[in-house]
Amino acid sequence: MADVIRAEGLVKVYGDVRALDGLDLAVPEGTVLGLLGPNGAGKTTAVRILTTLLEPDSGTAVVAGLDVRKQAAQVRARIGLSGQYAAVDEYLTGYENLDMIGRLYGLGRTRAKVRARELLERFTLSDAGDRPVKTYSGGMRRRLDLAGALVAAPPVLFLDEPTTGLDPRSRTDMWEVIVELVKSGTTLLLTTQYLEEADRLADRIVVIDHGRSIAEGTADELKAQVGGERVEIIVAAPADIATARGVLTQLAEGGVVEVDDHTRRLTAPVTGGAAVLTEALRRLDAANVTLHDVALRRPTLDDVFLTLTGHRTEDDKTEPAEPALAEAVR
Amino acid sequence: MTAVTEKNPDIAYGGLAKALTDGAIVAKRNLIKIKRVPDLLVFSTMSPIMFILLFAYVFGSAIKVPGIGYREFLIPGIFAQTVIFGATITGAGLAEDMQKGIIDRFRSLPMSRSAVLVGRTTSDVLNNVLVITIMSITGLLVGWRIRSSVGEAIGGFLLLLAFAYAISWIMALVGMIVPSPEVVNNASFMIIFPLTFIANTFVPTNNFPAGLKVVANWNPVSSVTQASRQLFGNTGTAPLPDSPWSLHHPIIYSLIWIVALLLVFIPLSVRQYKRAASR
Repeated sequence: MADVIRAEGLVKVYGDVRALDGLDLAVPEGTVLGLLGPNGAGKTTAVRILTTLLEPDSGTAVVAGLDVRKQAAQVRARIGLSGQYAAVDEYLTGYENLDMIGRLYGLGRTRAKVRARELLERFTLSDAGDRPVKTYSGGMRRRLDLAGALVAAPPVLFLDEPTTGLDPRSRTDMWEVIVELVKSGTTLLLTTQYLEEADRLADRIVVIDHGRSIAEGTADELKAQVGGERVEIIVAAPADIATARGVLTQLAEGGVVEVDDHTRRLTAPVTGGAAVLTEALRRLDAANVTLHDVALRRPTLDDVFLTLTGHRTEDDKTEPAEPALAEAVR
Repeated sequence: MTAVTEKNPDIAYGGLAKALTDGAIVAKRNLIKIKRVPDLLVFSTMSPIMFILLFAYVFGSAIKVPGIGYREFLIPGIFAQTVIFGATITGAGLAEDMQKGIIDRFRSLPMSRSAVLVGRTTSDVLNNVLVITIMSITGLLVGWRIRSSVGEAIGGFLLLLAFAYAISWIMALVGMIVPSPEVVNNASFMIIFPLTFIANTFVPTNNFPAGLKVVANWNPVSSVTQASRQLFGNTGTAPLPDSPWSLHHPIIYSLIWIVALLLVFIPLSVRQYKRAASR
């Protein structure tokens, strides 16, 4: 399969911040690539370059066989973009928005009208289609924005954090819409800071941090990189954290235990499954540690991210990048 | 090879014709907004009506202009000021579109790279047509009269609108540079008030202090006002004894300004649009 999106060595510098620092990407035709990273990792900058909105300082990018820099106008005719901030006009109705976008894609008067109604129907916005977007809920705006990206049925789609800020119900609805969409063979690049979202929607995932790709693979491959399972316990009393950490360290793969003092949660990577869990419980009991909760689970993408970068993907802006590693006991 | 399109990607998208068709689509969108948010139009017409009434009845009783009734002298000046303020909508509108990410949407579409600006400035001129119509009616009610031919009067209106259109392109550039529509509104108030007051819009410049008088006489707002007074037949009998060339040939001087502003600010604005990163 040919790569529909291919970027090599993208660099974009703002002042002394390297928003992109040599990013490579490749998305084969008809597949979904999830670009996963925390806020400020460079996801949006990458999308803006690939959609011709921004010129890279160096590096090359080809979309649908066309150079985004030299053949920007032709690239635009072949892509659809739905942004992080729903870029629909709130004074226009949903129908007027889609009709306008259709005309600007060059669909012609009649086709633009028909297409607008079709998409409203498909995104269950028919009833609201003739109301100004001002009156729409956040989820409805996102669906309309996504519909806008699909007006010309472009072969390549870019969705920049399609569910950020949505409530869980709207997020699930949006996922269903996107899953339907990719069944039809569209090539999709999706950015997200939600691991669950990348896991659910993407064929392959590129984890980026500080403008650079730090890992790549399917969700399973990434999880395999982290290996084994996780024993996760929550101790009842803060005073027990140190004791529990000592116990788990003996059992943990590589001796690294992640501790969250705030939630009193300790996580240890292990191999050996249920037997190790039983052993852990026996030793914790012997050490008189009272537990609130206990679990054995497969590693999540969050663990992947933590292992790769030393910090979690969400709630990361308030703390320095290293707390998890600093907390880890070797 | 696609050497031609590589060099001139916009040509592949139909050049001027495409700019106008796409511009019309964007203009239609802006006009729908005026219809949905009529407050905008109410505010942009209420203040000039208020100005006409205040100046005509409050200052008008004290200001004497030789050879002509003050109200007749005043109305073309208020026309000029109002259409210039009307042009600031271009800046505020673009700043709002930038802020809300709509410019990103437009820039990701295979549309002409000047269409958003062409559409914006066009819809703002149409808005000004509406505003000037309402003001003309108000003017007629307080005693303003057109004393020239129909052709000249139309010429007067067109000149005012053309000048406002040129100002729109300055505001387009401003709107894409500043961080928010509020900044456009505040900044334009700070600049346009002096620009339209240090001129012959409300009083003759004869008694201005010397330095200020030079500025006022060469201010293009003065010549646009003077030109429309001439074209509407509102100049009265008073000569302009020590006026410079700009006021003796106000139509030509105004046209020079209009063409110069367009030549400078259309390319600058289009360039800025291509670069502009939405915030």
